[in-house]
Amino acid sequence: MELKTLLTSMVIIGFSAGLVSAQADATLAVEGEVISTSASAPAFAENLDTVYSGWRFRKLETRSLQLDDFDNPAFVFVDKGIDLFEKVDGTEGKACASCHEDVEDFAGLRPKMPRVEDGTLVTMENLVNECRTERMGAEPWKYSGGQMTAVTALIGLQSRGMSVNVAFDGDAAPFFERGQELYYQRVGQLDMSCSNCHEDNYGVMIRADHLSQGQINGFPTYRLKNAKLNSAHARFKGCMKNIRATPYKEGGDEFKALELYLAARGNGLSVETPSVRN
Amino acid sequence: MKKIFMITAVSVLSVTTAFADTAPSDVVFSDGAVMASLTTVSGDAAAGRDIFKNRKLGNCLACHMNDDMPKQQFHGEVGPPLTGVGGRWEEAELRGIVTNAKMMFEGTIMPGFYIDSGYERPLKKFDGKSILSAQQLEDVVAYLLTLKD
Repeated sequence: MELKTLLTSMVIIGFSAGLVSAQADATLAVEGEVISTSASAPAFAENLDTVYSGWRFRKLETRSLQLDDFDNPAFVFVDKGIDLFEKVDGTEGKACASCHEDVEDFAGLRPKMPRVEDGTLVTMENLVNECRTERMGAEPWKYSGGQMTAVTALIGLQSRGMSVNVAFDGDAAPFFERGQELYYQRVGQLDMSCSNCHEDNYGVMIRADHLSQGQINGFPTYRLKNAKLNSAHARFKGCMKNIRATPYKEGGDEFKALELYLAARGNGLSVETPSVRN
Repeated sequence: MKKIFMITAVSVLSVTTAFADTAPSDVVFSDGAVMASLTTVSGDAAAGRDIFKNRKLGNCLACHMNDDMPKQQFHGEVGPPLTGVGGRWEEAELRGIVTNAKMMFEGTIMPGFYIDSGYERPLKKFDGKSILSAQQLEDVVAYLLTLKD
């Protein structure tokens, strides 16, 4: 077969597959409030015109779980987060609520995370653990453990509907660049990068999975697959294992940089925390 | 003594296999195709069919539709459909593409199924290993050649 003919047919097939199973053209209204699930892609994401929330790639029944907080299985964990938020722990006799009297005051924080503080890239999980160790005299929580994701879901929820707007210039630029490098770096025995699936092939099926853009605006996310909240870093880890690569450490420099880069790719999408995916 | 005999037998067998199969690093490509079989044993198309759909082996179906497998519920759409692929490509071309598709299509997402180096940060248990063995690769090629429109 002529190479040219093959390439032409591949393009046509790719195009038609895209038409058949691209992201759903649906509106997300949570508790009656419309949340934007698409936005113009940021200029640096040269290969994308539009960014789409992962919600648009899920099946109707999965999507519908996110429309009502009573149906959203993540809220069992958000409730657990409320209890943890109010629970005294550590040598200082404090709870989160001792200083942060109203959790709603965290509205506006999630869209800005991760962010650079004194030259260090800091995630929401880092902020929580810093409070625990520095102010409460308590043990840090496991990065993607159940207590941490319950509380990061509760804090993230306060910003639901707000546009993701992380800074990736200035102090953040070197971290952003590192994240971008990781995004395009092929790894693992399968020798694949994030971009191979989530930029080049979003909207098509990879066996039973509908490939999304890998946006992180809904994290921590409840996955039907494991029936719990999942941190973005835990998800990165799962992806890397799928391509038979040794994952980077959750909470480590590589995943934090990747998180910043991905958050920036989704600038303009709404915070959906806590989202529901499969 | 019996144990020693068995160890000898096993090492003779593995040496024989090593001589019979072409090692991943010794595969010779010509315009992305691989003319010579990687084994001395002919590919088994029925075994290749199983490897094609097995998620832990070829998992070809993850990315490619295949009308020969109507009972399989989920067919991928990442790569071109393979229905009739045996009528469109020569054996050597198919062997080359499955062995290391990047030799034919630069920058393709498709993994090389018979390479044991050149990839970064593999999980330890896959380090220095190829996804398929030489025989499994030949089995898949034999199977693909049966797919005719």
